[in-house]
Amino acid sequence: MKQQLEQIKLQTLSDIRDAADIPALEAVRVRVLGKKGALTAILKQMGTLSAEERPIMGQIANAVRAELDEALEVRKAQLQAAALEARLAAESIDVTIPCRRSPLGHQHPMNRVLDEAKEIFIGMGYQVVDGPEVETAAYNFTRLNIEEGHPSRDRSDTFYFTDDDSILLRTQTSPMQIRVMENTRPPIRIVAPGRVYRKDEGDATHSPMFHQIEGLVVDEGITMGDLKGALEVLVKRLYGENAVIRFRPHHFPFTEPSCEVDMQCFKCRGTGEVGGQVCPTCHGEGWIELLGGGMVHPDVLANCGIDPEIYSGFAFGIGVERMAMGRLRINDMRPIFDNDIRFLSQF
Amino acid sequence: MKVNRKWINEDFVDLSHISDKEFVDTMTIAGQKVETYERMDEEIRNVVVGKVLSIVRHGNSDHMWVCMLDVGADAPVQIVTGAQNVKAGDLVPVAQHNSYLPGGVHITKGKLRGELSCGMLCSINELNLTANDYPDAAEDGIWILPQDCKVGEDINVVIGNNDTVVDFEITNNRPDCYSIIGLAREAAAAFAVPMRHHEPKVRGGAQGNLFELLDIEVPAPDLCKRYTARMVRNVKIAPSPVWLRQRLRANGVRAINNIVDITNYVMLEYGQPMHAFDYRYVGSGKIVVRRAQEGETLTTLDGTLRKLTPGMLVIADGEKPIGLAGVMGGENSEIMPDTVDVVFESANFDGTSIRQTALALGMRTDASGKFEKNIDPLLTLPAVDRACELVELLGAGEVMDGVIDVLSEIPAPRTLPLEAEKINALLGTDISEADMAHYLRRLEIPVNEKEIAVPSWRPDLQRCADIAEEVGRLYGYNNIPTTAFRSATTQGGYTAAMKLENKAGSLCRSLGYSEILTYSFVSPASLDMIRLPEDSPLRETLKIQNALGEDASVMRTIALPSMMSILARNNNYHNQAVRLYELAKIYLPREGQELPDEPKQLVFGAYGDDVDFFSLKGSVEALLRGLNAKPAVYESLRDNPSFHPGRCASIRIDNVYVGVIGQVHPLVSSNYGIDRDVYAAQLEFTAIAKLLAPEATYQPLPKYPSVARDIALLCQEGVTAAALEACIRAAGGALLRDVELFDIYRGVGIPDGKKSVAFRLTLRADERTLTDADSEEVVANILAKLESALDAKLR
Repeated sequence: MKQQLEQIKLQTLSDIRDAADIPALEAVRVRVLGKKGALTAILKQMGTLSAEERPIMGQIANAVRAELDEALEVRKAQLQAAALEARLAAESIDVTIPCRRSPLGHQHPMNRVLDEAKEIFIGMGYQVVDGPEVETAAYNFTRLNIEEGHPSRDRSDTFYFTDDDSILLRTQTSPMQIRVMENTRPPIRIVAPGRVYRKDEGDATHSPMFHQIEGLVVDEGITMGDLKGALEVLVKRLYGENAVIRFRPHHFPFTEPSCEVDMQCFKCRGTGEVGGQVCPTCHGEGWIELLGGGMVHPDVLANCGIDPEIYSGFAFGIGVERMAMGRLRINDMRPIFDNDIRFLSQF
Repeated sequence: MKVNRKWINEDFVDLSHISDKEFVDTMTIAGQKVETYERMDEEIRNVVVGKVLSIVRHGNSDHMWVCMLDVGADAPVQIVTGAQNVKAGDLVPVAQHNSYLPGGVHITKGKLRGELSCGMLCSINELNLTANDYPDAAEDGIWILPQDCKVGEDINVVIGNNDTVVDFEITNNRPDCYSIIGLAREAAAAFAVPMRHHEPKVRGGAQGNLFELLDIEVPAPDLCKRYTARMVRNVKIAPSPVWLRQRLRANGVRAINNIVDITNYVMLEYGQPMHAFDYRYVGSGKIVVRRAQEGETLTTLDGTLRKLTPGMLVIADGEKPIGLAGVMGGENSEIMPDTVDVVFESANFDGTSIRQTALALGMRTDASGKFEKNIDPLLTLPAVDRACELVELLGAGEVMDGVIDVLSEIPAPRTLPLEAEKINALLGTDISEADMAHYLRRLEIPVNEKEIAVPSWRPDLQRCADIAEEVGRLYGYNNIPTTAFRSATTQGGYTAAMKLENKAGSLCRSLGYSEILTYSFVSPASLDMIRLPEDSPLRETLKIQNALGEDASVMRTIALPSMMSILARNNNYHNQAVRLYELAKIYLPREGQELPDEPKQLVFGAYGDDVDFFSLKGSVEALLRGLNAKPAVYESLRDNPSFHPGRCASIRIDNVYVGVIGQVHPLVSSNYGIDRDVYAAQLEFTAIAKLLAPEATYQPLPKYPSVARDIALLCQEGVTAAALEACIRAAGGALLRDVELFDIYRGVGIPDGKKSVAFRLTLRADERTLTDADSEEVVANILAKLESALDAKLR
């Protein structure tokens, strides 16, 4: 019997090793350890042994059984690991295959840069407001100190809807200054982005419709230094900490003192030259005009019922296309309104 | 305003040691922005004065000459010329080997019919000069230079090109800067150096009594604040001297003759336009400054007959107009070679009137441009004196004693207080009062104690803020400390409408649509192109009276045409798959309102292989869900002529029309030259913004499982999915939680004219697990209702 047990053990261990998969292994187990298995059959014969032999053989038989159980477990784990590995290998894909189509649309570059500018001002506590594009001459001109006969009122410059030139397409976002100051008391801190219109034929640097963002701050003790501070934040956030700007005197009827702000040309870094040629971006000036602004004219404040003896304020207007062109290095205004998907997809 | 630096340097402020770059930068920063500047000698290089040593006939030519020239170099140079007016001893401009002439002409040595020619002799034309600049020069032939020229000298020096022309952008508030003196004053202030002044001195003494010869009446004093005149007798019309002609040329003015040149010179120098009349043609010795009469005409100096209208201001003699005030003189009183006596006019006309006249006649001139800006009325007298002084200096005639000066309005001297504290408060600076006074004095604005005497040429200085600007710009804007204001904290942010727009934009992009941006004005024909019905209220458009062209002449009342144009353009560019959106304002006139309504439409437009009605509808549904709009209902819309009648739906929320979606009608696509299927949706965004669902609040999660039941229904082809779904929902009761269409089948096993529509029903109770019997009951109710209402049976 002992010999029988030993033989079953050796044969079974060999069968376990040879089992190629889980079902084969299970078949081995049933053949030996199942109800009608070889080992089970031997154990059933234990009753025929003498009382002395029985515990000894019992011990041997149990040891064989334990050894086979363990071998089965080990082999089972091996086969399971191999099966998983085979499955994963079969399921592998080429992860570098491109997707069929990018599902994401693109924001128009002009609006993208406009959004950036708005976010910068919101961060500084400005409320974003908007208003009508079809505007009255009173708001667009008169109340901004632009008197009758001013050249910007000419029909060669401004689009009109009425014979008496009273209704027009706003030429600037500045009427929003009046609309806000009429209805709000200081402290006022707003930006008003939107479309504006001037009678220019479209070319590389002009468009009859373009966008501005108007800013207005009115409170006690607002200074020109504050205007400089606000604009410097904007320019540095948009164009980077290294952006160099300069303020230079200018004239607008609705601000006094007035200024224009130039940024040092990013192409030639202010030298006006690229490779010995006149810089194509700034045309040799070394500076790119960014925006106009100034301290709100006392008459404009007074026109809106705000006492210029108590309050002061600053205002500015930025051409958004120019800002976007500078920011995104677009060298021609026409593609902005062309809306070629190949252009839009670049941003 | 273009000015040459040499004039400023020589007569007013010597800044010749300052480089051009530093000059323009400093002027710009101080407030006179330089647009461009240009060396006048850049175009002509290596051209010098040469002396003809010998000249002999070319051996192989019957018209060319071989010259030996001294050009100030060690050895003479040989040059062949075809000109016939050169002789030994002449001084001529020599373009040497490797020289440049205007227009980029490069001269190098070469052989002309076998003879070496080391350059070229130049005519005035080749130096970009005209007979106006050098009347003595031969019209065709080499320019024979005056004998006092130095051999070897750069020709640029001879012709006054050793100069820089600076183009200033003069702002509207500074009419005084449209002059050499005005800009010299600014330069003196910017560089903090004193300015030299010149007071014109006239000897006078010509025979006769001015007041007997000339009578001036101004019956239109509202349009002519001041009219100043002097007379010159026995004039000798001749070319002006070279220095004067060179100054005119540098400033872009054509030299004509001494008298006319003097008026132009004074206009440049003082900014005061002047005019000279031939006294012979001032009928009855009378000048009347009046409005034109009905039917009057005048042939102006440019030879054009002008029809005058009663609003225009004219200079007339006793009978007829002889000049268009402030714009252009009349041909009938023009200075001629035989002119004997001259009347100089130096007047101050109303800017608006001059501008309107110039505009109406389409003839803006240097003079009208200056008058438009409203000139200092105190300028007329020094200007006319300066002109007379120049007449005497040039020996151009004899000046009569006396001035006729008709004033209707004497501007009173004005003063302003110097309010240092207020100025510092406005600028955010700490500039001392003494420094402020110093800055103002640099600008020739007198300050006495705390009182500023505003000069007559500075009408722009009206109040403290204006003084603050003067102080600020000379202190330097860039020196003002940059600060962040301290003020009550304000809440920054977007309005609710803007937030929704931003959200819509993000949703559109995440659904694969790219944003476009189109003009707000369109062609009126665009409404026909989208087949908008003739009686549509959207044909009521706002029309731009002075549009750039017909195709940009009306404000859009509908956004679809703009989208169609852009789709067409992309199609023309062979862009294969395009999905676009625009959040577009439209402009709707309102009865009884001055300004139109400006709501926004959100338009989708798409074409390409994977674009169809349902992909677009899926996008619109996702957008509306993302915006948290209330549930939208899609209904077949057959009568929108812009869309395919069988592939179009209206979209309604709360029974309010909020948009249309569909395949663009093939005729509309074809109007835009698109030969493929195009899909579009046009949503009334502003309306949708008012139809949002309330903000979601927490609902407890279901405790009991839901049960799914699928039903396939056989129904007539005409029964819509929406009708079936509505019927199911109505019959489903409280246990029916969701209905989802998952299949539509036509074909084998389905009779013609019918279809099979399959729905998945989700059933659930909140307080217990549903039994089979519960589900059966609900489904049975639904099927019964479907059959009775829609004749739809379980398949």
